[in-house]
Formats: sequence, C-alpha cells, structure tokens
Amino acid sequence: MTTTPRWRTLTRHHLFWPVAVLVVLLLVNVPFTPDFFSIKMTDGHLYGSLVSIVLFGSPLILVAVGMTLVIATGGIDLSVGAVVAITGALTCSYISDQADQDALSGVLLAMGIGLVAAVVCGLWNGFLVARMGIQPIIATLIIMVAGRGVAQLITDGQIITVNSEPYKLIGGGYWLTLPFSIFVVAAVVAVTVALTRRTALGLLVESVGGNAEASRLVGIRSRRIKIMVYVFCALCAGIAGLMISSNTSAADGNNAGLWIELDAILAVVIGGTSLLGGRFSIGGTVVGALVIQTLTTTIYTIGVPTQTNLVFKAAVVIIVCLMQSPKFRAKVFGGGRLGGRFGGKRGDRSTATPADTAATPETVRTMEVS
Amino acid sequence: MAEPLPVLEMTGIVKEFPGVRALSGVDFRLFPGEIHALLGENGAGKSTLIKVLTGVYSLDGGTVTLNGTSVRFHSPSQAQQAGISTVYQEVNLCPNLSVAENIFIGREPTRFGRIQWKRLRREAAELVDRLGLDIDVEAPLSSYPLAVQQLVAIVRSVGTGDADGQGAGTKVLILDEPTSSLDRDEVLELFALMRRLKGEGVAILFVSHFLDQIYEVCDRMTVLRNGTLVGEHMVRDLDQVGLVQLMIGKALDQLEELHDHQLHADVGESLLKADGVGRTGGIAPFDLEIKKGEVIGLAGLLGSGRTELARLLFGADQPDTGKVTIGGKQVSMSAPNDAIAAGVAFCSENRKTEGLVPDLTVRENIILALQATRGWTRPIPVAQRDELVAKYIKALDIRPANPEARVGQLSGGNQQKVLLARWLITRPKLLILDEPTRGIDIGAKAEIQKLVVSLSEEGMAVLYIAAELEEVLRLSHTIGVLRDRKLVAQLANGPEITPTRILETIASGEHQ
Amino acid sequence: MTTTTQQPKAPSNGTPSRAARVLADRRLPVLVTAGLFLVMYAIGLSRYQNYGFAETQVFLNLFIDNSYLLVAAVGATFVILSGGIDLSVGSVIGFTTMLTAWLVEKQGLPLVIVIPIALGVGAFGGYLMGYVIQNFEIQPFIVTLAGLFLFRGLCLVISKESISITDSSVSSMAQAQVSVGGGFLSIGAIVSLVVLAAAFYVLHYTRFGRRVYAIGGNEQSALLMGLPQGGTKIAVYTMSGFCSALAGLLFTLYIQSGDPLHATGLELDAIAAVVIGGTLLTGGSGYVVGTLFGVLVLGLIKSLIQFEGTLSSWWTKIATGVLLCAFILIQRTMTARRKT
Repeated sequence: MTTTPRWRTLTRHHLFWPVAVLVVLLLVNVPFTPDFFSIKMTDGHLYGSLVSIVLFGSPLILVAVGMTLVIATGGIDLSVGAVVAITGALTCSYISDQADQDALSGVLLAMGIGLVAAVVCGLWNGFLVARMGIQPIIATLIIMVAGRGVAQLITDGQIITVNSEPYKLIGGGYWLTLPFSIFVVAAVVAVTVALTRRTALGLLVESVGGNAEASRLVGIRSRRIKIMVYVFCALCAGIAGLMISSNTSAADGNNAGLWIELDAILAVVIGGTSLLGGRFSIGGTVVGALVIQTLTTTIYTIGVPTQTNLVFKAAVVIIVCLMQSPKFRAKVFGGGRLGGRFGGKRGDRSTATPADTAATPETVRTMEVS
Repeated sequence: MAEPLPVLEMTGIVKEFPGVRALSGVDFRLFPGEIHALLGENGAGKSTLIKVLTGVYSLDGGTVTLNGTSVRFHSPSQAQQAGISTVYQEVNLCPNLSVAENIFIGREPTRFGRIQWKRLRREAAELVDRLGLDIDVEAPLSSYPLAVQQLVAIVRSVGTGDADGQGAGTKVLILDEPTSSLDRDEVLELFALMRRLKGEGVAILFVSHFLDQIYEVCDRMTVLRNGTLVGEHMVRDLDQVGLVQLMIGKALDQLEELHDHQLHADVGESLLKADGVGRTGGIAPFDLEIKKGEVIGLAGLLGSGRTELARLLFGADQPDTGKVTIGGKQVSMSAPNDAIAAGVAFCSENRKTEGLVPDLTVRENIILALQATRGWTRPIPVAQRDELVAKYIKALDIRPANPEARVGQLSGGNQQKVLLARWLITRPKLLILDEPTRGIDIGAKAEIQKLVVSLSEEGMAVLYIAAELEEVLRLSHTIGVLRDRKLVAQLANGPEITPTRILETIASGEHQ
Repeated sequence: MTTTTQQPKAPSNGTPSRAARVLADRRLPVLVTAGLFLVMYAIGLSRYQNYGFAETQVFLNLFIDNSYLLVAAVGATFVILSGGIDLSVGSVIGFTTMLTAWLVEKQGLPLVIVIPIALGVGAFGGYLMGYVIQNFEIQPFIVTLAGLFLFRGLCLVISKESISITDSSVSSMAQAQVSVGGGFLSIGAIVSLVVLAAAFYVLHYTRFGRRVYAIGGNEQSALLMGLPQGGTKIAVYTMSGFCSALAGLLFTLYIQSGDPLHATGLELDAIAAVVIGGTLLTGGSGYVVGTLFGVLVLGLIKSLIQFEGTLSSWWTKIATGVLLCAFILIQRTMTARRKT
C-alpha cells in the first residue's frame, strides 16, 4: 500500500479511527451471519441487523451526545443514568394514572413533565459545578446516588407498565418503515450540531474546555456555558429515558439506564473527544456509541458468551486510553508518529523554549474530574 | 582579610537546549556564611543555573565542586542529601499536614517502622525555636499565612539530615524569589531568619527582583545576562545605577544611539483614568491617565509590578482600592468582561497559559474575543468572519496563512500575532500589550512595533510593556517607571528623556 | 537550647485565632459525623424503644451487616486520601464472591487455599490499575472504570448463574459468633474492625501512611519534597484492591453464595461512606475513624427505615444522596474558607 497524500489526509481525519473500528466490527459479523448487511421489508417495516443496531443503540447515542458537550468543557456527568430512570418513572406513572392512556395530550403532558424533571436535575448539576465550584465528578455523584432512590420513590418500587399507543411510538414504534427512535436520534443529533456549529456555542465550549484561564481573559462567561451544557446533557438523558421506558412500555426505577453513564463516557472517548476537554466531535460520539452497540451485537452473533461483553469493553477502554496517554506513546512508539492524531495537548508543552518555561510557573494541566 | 574557601564553586557551566544555549561558561562561587544575590533579567539564565545546580537539569559542560569535592547531581533529592536545599516562590509543602510533619516528612524519626510523634514534635519545636520563630508546630500548615509557610519551607530545608542525628544539615540554601508575595513585615522576618542562618555558617543564594532587598540583606552578587556571567561584585562596591546597567546590558551610549523619537502623533482627549487603583500583594495604589492615541510604556525590572498594573486595568485581577473610569464612566473591574465592554484589550505575557487555546485553529482563536462579546447566540456570519480573519492574517502576515492551522503548532511570533489579531478585530480603545515581543524573532518584533505606531496614529491608546528599555523609549509618548511594585514616576517622552534618566529612576525610585 | 537573640518573633497576626483554629480543625468533620450518628441513634431509641431498638444486638448488628462495606470503605479511604478514586470496588467484591464460590464448590478447593488466592487476585488487580495510573498518567477515574467492566465481566465469564455455597467450613465460619457485652459479633465484623485498626495504624504511624496524606495534599509538592510517590500511588490502589477482595470474602461469608450481580454499585456506597465520614474527596484530609462513622450512619439509615416499617427501602438511597450532598457542601465551604 502506498501512502499517497490522499490516504494520509484520510487517516488524519478525526473520524477515521472510530469509523475504521466500526467497519471492522461490522465485517467481523459477516462470516458468522452471512446476511448481516441485508435488510428485509416485513409488514411495511424494515428489519435487519443494521437497523437493530441503530435501534438498540439509540438511547446510548442520545446520552453520549449530551455527555460530549459536558466533557468538552472539561467536566463529566455521572448522573445521566439516574436521570434516565427519573424521567421514565415520572412519565410512565403520569400516563398510567390517566383514564385514557391513548390520549395524545395526556402523553405529551407526561413527557413534558418527565423532561422538566430532567432539566431540573441538569440545573442542579450545573449550579453545583459552575456556581459552587465543586468538581464535576463529585457534584454529579449526588444525583447518581439519590436519583435512583427518587425514581423508585416515584414508581413506588414497582415496575410501572403502561399501555399507551402514542407513547409506544417513541421507543418501539415505526414510522416511514423505520423505527421511530431513529428519527428522534437524528433530530437530536441535528439539533445538537446546529446548536453548536451554527451558533457560537461549540466554539465557546471548546475554548472553555481547552484553556479556562484564557477564556476568562477574553471575556467568555464560562459559568453560563457550563450550566447550559449540564442542562442539555440532562435533557438528552431525559429523552433517552422516554425512549427506554417507551420501548419496554414500562418504567423500572432500579434498572433503567443502569451503567449508561459509563457507556456514554466510553462512546465519547472512542469518538475522539479528550477527557481533558477542548475539541469535541458529535459525529465521533455517534460513531463511538454505534461501536459499543455493534460490539454487543457482534459478541452475540459470533457466539461468544454474551457475558464477555464487559471484558471486551474493559479492553477497549484500556486500549483507547493508553493510546491517548502521551507517556504510553513515548514508551511504546518512542515519541511516535501517532502524536498528530491523538490530542497533541501535552506535546505542545515540549515545544516551549527554555526561556518560556522558565518564565511561566509550571502550570500542569489537571483535569477537573478526579 | 583572607577569603575563606568557597563552599560551592561552579566553573564553566554550559547548558544547552535544542536550538538555545541557556548557559555558556558561567562561573559562580558561594562562600559559607554569606548571602549571595543572583541577578539578571528574564531569560538571563538564573533559573537554569539553579536547576543545573540542584540536579533538575543535567550538565552539558563545566564542573560543580561542593566542599572541595567534585559532584554531579541527577535529581533534586540527591542535591538535597548533599546539603543543597531550595525554597521556591510557591511554597512546595503540603498544606493539609501539620507544621511539624511538613518539616520532617520523608525522614520522620521511626522506631521499628513506627513514627515517633512525640519526638518528631519535640524536635520540630526545638528547630523552630532555635531559628527564632514563633510557630505552633502542631497546627496545620494551612492555618498560617503564606509568609509563615515560606519560613516553614526554609526550616524544612535547613533541618535536612537532622532527624537521624547525622549529616551536617544544609550547607547551601537557595531562595528563589521568596519575597515576591510578602509584605514588608513578613520580609523583615524572613531576613532575620536569613541572617541567623548566615550566622550559623549557611551559604545562601538569594534570587529577588527587589533591588532594595538585595542592598538590604546581601553581601555579594553575581549578575548574568543572556546566559553569560557579567560580573561578581561585593554589594557595597556597586551602586544601584551600576547594577541596573549591568543587568540590562548595553552600554549607555549605545542605548542613546538607538533612541530616536519616531513618535510624534498628537494625543487626544482623556480615555482612561485610574485613581488610587491598587491590590495587596500586587501593586501599590497608583494614579494613571491614558489619552486617546497615546502610547504609554511601562519600564521597570522584571517583577517590578508591570504586569500587575496591566492586569488591574483589565480586571484580570480585581483591585482592592481605587476606581477606574473609562470615557467618563466608572467601570467596576470585577471581571475582564467589564473592561472588554468598555473597550480595553489585553495580550498577556503568558501566551500559552493565558492567551491561546492551543487546540483551536487560528481562525477560531482570532474571532474568540469578538465572539465572546456577542454571546453564543449571535455567531459572526461566516462570510464576515472569513473576511475579517483573512484581512488580519494578511495585515499581520501570520504564517502559515492558513486559518485552519492549529494555533499550538505556530511559532511564537505568529502566535503573538494571532493574539494581536484577536483583540484588534474587537476595535478596542485601549490595547494593553504585556511583553508582546518576548521570545519572538527580530523580524516579527519590528513588525509588531510598527503596528503599535500605526495603531496609535489611528487614535488607539496602547499600554506597552517590554523588558527592553529602548523598545519602550522608541514607542512611548509617556513612560511609567515601576520599581518594587510601585509606579514611581511618569515621564513625558522627549529629547531630555534618555535611557540614563530612566535607569536612574528605576535604580533610585525617585522622581526627579 | 535558647539563644539570647530571641529578637523578632513572628508577629501575633501570624497565629490564627482560636475560633478559626476550631473551624479549620481537620477532626471537626469526623466529630460532626459522630454527632450525627448519635443523634440518629437517639431518635431511633425514642421512636422504636418498644420495638427492641435499644437492644445491644441491634447496635452490634450494624457492625455485622456492614462489615464488608466497612472493609471496602477503608480501602476507598486510602485511595481518596491520596487524591484518587476507585470505581472498581463493587466489581472486585462481586468477582471475589464468584471466584470463591466457584473454587470452593466447583473445584472443591479448601477454604485455606481459596482465601489467599482471592486476596491475591484482588490485590493484583489493584496493582495493575495503580501501575497504569502512575506510569501512563491516565486519570484514575477512567482506569478504575475499566477495572469495573473487567471484573464484572470476569464474574460473568465464571458463570452467569449464582453459585450457592454449601461447604460446611464456610457455613460454620459464617455462623460463628463471638459474644461481646450483651450480644455477639460475627467473624466478619471482627475482621472488619481489625482491618480498621490496621488501617489507622498504617495511616498515622508509618511513613507510607503519611506519604498518602502528602500526595493527596499536594502531589507536586510531595514530588519536590523528595517523597517516592510513584510507589505510594501503586501501593494505594493495591491496598484498595486487597480490601475489596477481603470485603468480597466477607460478603461471601455473609450471603453464602457467589453471584455475578453481587455488590453492584457498592463503590458508590463506599465513596459515600468515606465522604460522609469527613474525608475530602480532593484528598489529603480525613480519618479512617470517620469512615467507620460514615459506614455506621449508612447502616443506621437502613435499620431505621426497617424499624419504621412504612418507609420503603429506596429512602436509603435518597437519604444517602442528601447526606452526601450536605457533606460535599460543608467540605466546599470549609476548603473555601481555608484558601482565603
């Protein structure tokens, strides 16, 4: 293989590695399930492995997209799983109290209530992080712990089942031959991209995460931005909560969205957004979430016991993190060529001239989390 | 009186970094029982010399002799064991532990692996007492102000080796800018401790930017410039003017030649007024008026309060006292936003930590300040943005002229231009430039200076900070002279203002 | 020795005022938690005295029912004191229950051999995580997250089903009672108290323990003060892995089965207990005794809710969250004051 400039530009693209991993994972399935890529039309609905990967991955994509913005500001949100549970619980319990569960207005109101609760959680997180100055990992731990209790309180410890056609649509229904949740995901992703790239929000978020002090000195109101991203992240988690509870037509305060925060963080990292904050990529995150979902599916189809899923995930986390660690790269690749691809953040410091380093007191970048 | 043998002797020290020779053949000696000042402007090689001595950096040439034997340290702890201790400007102790523990941690007295707390506290108390300090060794370090923590750091470094009852303790104590954040009383207390240690035969290497302090406490001084030794003098043999000349370098007549007044644009009406603005630990209250189209240069040695003054005018630090009025309106200065809204722009001297967002592109870095004033909901239209960025990349000749390049990968001069562009597109009324020409090549330097002149002619006021006197003289209508964290004089530039005059003002601190 | 030249003593403003000293005292949070425990216990006494709340055994049961949590929380205390975090605690506990049950039941190994194996595996897992954190400078959060996945996955690799333990030596050990005062303690409770005492000794009377505090207080300084911090960090995570494995053994003893879903989310309880016990999550300040009170408070919440009868179990989580929040805010205001 010759390394033509075009090939090099391609590998340099920030989506190259996540997409490559996704493609490889998808291809692995083919020997085991020859018709893996085929999509069938039954009863006016499309079925197939690809469709179900997107369908089952939908809630994760939503949560991960919200998480991306939080991580880009140098923060982290551990409470998304609990928010998923709370939203599902509130919505389902409201619907189940209705005389006519199929009434559209009731369903919409229920969803509204659920999402408002999610926003309140986000505001609380944002308040603790931006106003009180508490480390994000600790601030969001509170709702992570208490939120599940609140969700169970709402459902009274039961699994609340609903029987509502309109509600069923979001997570389990079909529209224009495709699962409706795909449209929801597409809409949320489109809105997020528009919100961050059509306005200046994305730039300001990356600036705050990339260099907080410089951002303060150009007059960016970073508190407002941080509160916004936590609210947005909670809102995404809320929508995911609606989707999960709608898919099963039930709200389970204990297990809905369990460990989704960890998967979401993993998706963001695979997607190429650094946990230190700064540059983020919504597209990368979507691919990252799909990688995780495909991994689950692949493990299932190639006949490895499903329970090893977690071991694979652990391996992926470690590999991705090691590749992002400048020290590891230095040890293994001898200051390696991968520098251009995996955040050269630390690399920049080494280019400082001695005079420069002498003048600035060692300001080692430390992450806000941990 | 015959001189005793030096406790430490460094000869022909060479230290190279890729592309830079930080030290070329520096000699340095230190005698027991003396306080020795190490002087030099930014980049002169002071820090490098200290780091070579303490084993942080390895040596590229030359010898270090301690007590007559040749030594070579590979880590700070090796140097420490040999009796060379360092106390830095930032207190490097653990605030969460008690004073006694901070003094002894890492070498606590133990018995069968069990720490003997009583003995530790007793020995710490004795040590503190012996050095004439009144500190409760059982209190947590964080309950004491920074000045006392500084003293504890010195006690710790002096106490090295004591715990095991062996080792002669510290022979050489390096104090790297210990006084920069202390008030006068605290400095006196530090000096008392230094004199006591000197009396015990400890050799002290003292780095400070405060000339008065050097004349107050030091016996001997070594001056470095551009990585070379300029001279070693007894403090009593060299007056302050002579010292400042040595540090800044060029012979005076040479400076005079460079000194040609290019700048005669008329200055306009009053733009900014500062009345009694000051900040404890930063700069003493000062009055300053800046007019439209005026270039005010700040002259003073490193650490004299130049940057501190600028930061207060921008709201980067909040003033404790005084008020700032811009265009007749009082500005609260509680955050940079207030100053920015009033038309002030500030290019920090620390490009990397306080200026650029290295991950973002040139374009993004350039529009950042303008975008911040517009808020996130009103992005700059793409066409207008690209036009603005292209215009400034061209006007400032930023290379590579690629708005998509990551700013972290640009050279120092180009990074500086990006910062300038960032503020220029906000059309500020007052532009504060803190050391805009530091660490950039000569060509870029000249361009930036030319730019300042043309901006001033267009009516923009500029507050210009530079280490090089001739730079300040060439550009400024008015020169503010700073010394020891005070604005001591404001001189209207003119034929009678010569480098000598400014040097004298810096050295004497008096307004003639 | 007193020199005659006692001239410039430090000015009196250098010495903090008494009130400031009390507020800045690092023991204060522990006392607050201990006070909280007493108040809660008193409330329990007044409300449920007719239901036998006053019995000594009810109090001792707090230790028996939470022995594994105490051991895990002690391990977490080390990590948090050093300024890190360990999310793998619950998974390592779950894995240990599975490993123990599998080795005892399916492989027929005697307990004397199984115990060292289980402890060794836990400690080695901790060592690996510590090694990666230290040598590759990856955040502890993400490394231990990988640990969480790995050990939970390994549980499932051993078996998807729960394995109940019928071995007689296990059940006899589980049922062994040591009478104390008017009641008894289980072996697990005794072990947990021994671990607590050992941890206290290590933290306060060995150089290693003080290094843990130093690193948590200011890692940069600890390095510049010449403390060998690399080894310390790795040791801290090794210790946490060991404690988690030991907690797993106690859990196995308590529940007499191995289950891949045992102790899910227990790391949160452990972290909550440490924080409620007054240890700063940013590291450097706190006491294992505080952790004991933190565990007791969490345990007491559970028993109070049981005695109340009408309250459901999820109130435990809500109460934990509220306490966590309160203590985090208290910590925040305390550290904010210290800085100014």
